[in-house]
Amino acid sequence: MATELLRVEDLQVEFVTRDGVARAVNSVSFSVAPGETVAVLGESGSGKSVTAQAIMGILDTPPARIAGGSIQLLGRELVGLPEDQYRTIRGEQIAMIFQDALSALNPVTAVGKQIAEMFRIHRDASKKDAKDHAIQVMTQVGIPAAASRYDSYPHEFSGGMRQRAMIAMMIALKPQVLIADEPTTALDVTIQAQIIELLQQLQSETDMGLILITHDLGVVAEVADHITVMYAGRTMEEGPVDEIYRSTAHPYTRGLLQSIPTIHSAEGRLPAIPGLPPSLFALPEGCAFHPRCPISQDQCRQGAAPDLVEVADRHRSRCWYAEEVMCSDNLR
Amino acid sequence: MTTSDDVVVKAVGLKRLYPITKGILFKKKIGEVRAVDGVDLQLLRGETLALVGESGCGKSTTGRLLMGLEPADGGSISVLGDDLAELNSRQMRAKRRDIQMILQDPYTSLNPRMNVATIVGEPFAIHPEALAGRSRSEAVRELMDRVGLDPSMVNRYPHQFSGGQRQRIGVARALALRPQIIVADEPVSALDVSVQAQVMNLLLDLQQEMGLSYVFVSHDLAVVRQIADRISVMYLGRIVETGEAGSVYAAPAHPYTSALLSAAPIPDPAAQAERERIKLSGELPDPADPPSGCRFRTRCWKAQELCAREEPDLVALSPSHSVACHFPETPDDAN
Repeated sequence: MATELLRVEDLQVEFVTRDGVARAVNSVSFSVAPGETVAVLGESGSGKSVTAQAIMGILDTPPARIAGGSIQLLGRELVGLPEDQYRTIRGEQIAMIFQDALSALNPVTAVGKQIAEMFRIHRDASKKDAKDHAIQVMTQVGIPAAASRYDSYPHEFSGGMRQRAMIAMMIALKPQVLIADEPTTALDVTIQAQIIELLQQLQSETDMGLILITHDLGVVAEVADHITVMYAGRTMEEGPVDEIYRSTAHPYTRGLLQSIPTIHSAEGRLPAIPGLPPSLFALPEGCAFHPRCPISQDQCRQGAAPDLVEVADRHRSRCWYAEEVMCSDNLR
Repeated sequence: MTTSDDVVVKAVGLKRLYPITKGILFKKKIGEVRAVDGVDLQLLRGETLALVGESGCGKSTTGRLLMGLEPADGGSISVLGDDLAELNSRQMRAKRRDIQMILQDPYTSLNPRMNVATIVGEPFAIHPEALAGRSRSEAVRELMDRVGLDPSMVNRYPHQFSGGQRQRIGVARALALRPQIIVADEPVSALDVSVQAQVMNLLLDLQQEMGLSYVFVSHDLAVVRQIADRISVMYLGRIVETGEAGSVYAAPAHPYTSALLSAAPIPDPAAQAERERIKLSGELPDPADPPSGCRFRTRCWKAQELCAREEPDLVALSPSHSVACHFPETPDDAN
């Protein structure tokens, strides 16, 4: 068994527009092992979804283009892979579930049939076999009375059931890597918990690698083994989940952690991160986070951005003052 | 003690039914969804009442009923002492100056072809008397400043703003007529966490400065923690638990509330691993065909035969905490 299913190395994605070139993903690297969950965390515009689209080979090109780096799936290079070959990989080896199941499912085709199509197209299954397989995965993802719901349409499913149906479609061919882009954001908390549990259960059954793209640190704490925190296209901090939460080494991550409301936090104001993420067309000089950073110094405001440096075993931070941030536990 | 003066909104036995029809030309009613089914609530001056529940529980419909945006099919609502059902359309229009709404999605709730000056100034076009001698542009700039937007951006269009900034535009518009009450329907759930905190803080500051009363509709008990004085938890059109926020969080009495609290993610892997989670099986039952007796019983782990037979009433556990459950949780259960 390979120790790595997927390795993203120094990935660079650019958007070429009339207003200039925006570097949406700027040398991002991470890897996923069997059974491992890697969370890519960031706000809107941080480049997390673009990273996922680059891996899946579904970037809108143009305006987007992969400007550098490599994406290796089971040792095979995906960057530059022709579309017809990519098509055999998608669904079979790597699949992606989306935030909005209603728009990811075909509204005029019965849910069961959409799942069965996976077997028809990729496995050349007979109609009957495909249907049987589809009902089987529908049951596996916890859709009650799957056989009788085979002919239901997406709009006849509730939000949680739709999400399950999409998951069924994506795990139908047992991909080794599953990318989940904000899989629970549109759902109620009780249903959120069910979907997260389903993903974990599927993962333990099949040992697939899971890449969780999210802005929700609560969900991440629950399922992730490893976290990559992105900001303005760059990795700001990465490391094992306990390390990130216990000894945060970047002021941005710390800000994110502090700004989450929890049922245990005190009433009243939350320590919000001031300001907004920068425009990718006008990144600040120096560290991209400095205009919003509570501890920024002259060094942060000019020259090159700090490097991603190791602060503990497998834990790296892109901050000149990473050590200081780690030591100041009074903030949390 | 509460005097009637302090009560800004009072709803009693509120009902809203949506008919389910069949047929195209000759519509025949074949059933009804009881979206709101006998809700009582009371909002005091300067406080925040949170309406919490899953989608389809009737929380947003309740908010819309309070705004007078939909007619109630039963019960009564009084806003600042006036019964909404007794107001004629002119009086209702005047009443809307006092009660305004903030919507969930800052992307669809702002007209993309209007600039900020028009969006925020629109309430003054309907209620010119609210300008009180100021020019409209002056008033708009003041409002923008108040919600933390740069007044120089007054001529920009919604697409030129980020989600958080758009929500601030929505807040500015809601504040234009100096309302006393604001119904906020999931005002931060479409925003990034860091921006969520900014908007929540803005709402808290505005409440303090202007003495606003909020009805805060949300599905997220964690978000509500920051702002709510009192919480009403809704399930399938009914309030199942209501009480002082502190008491509801510390000692939830309804199994559904406990389940909601236990489902809320904790951003801490160690704490997350330690806690015991109550898993709620299944989803909301069909609101057109709610279970007999207690509506929550089909998902409840404590349900007994009594629950199928009799619907529990909302019973006071203490002067500030009531629950509708035959077998309410006691503080011992929580541990």
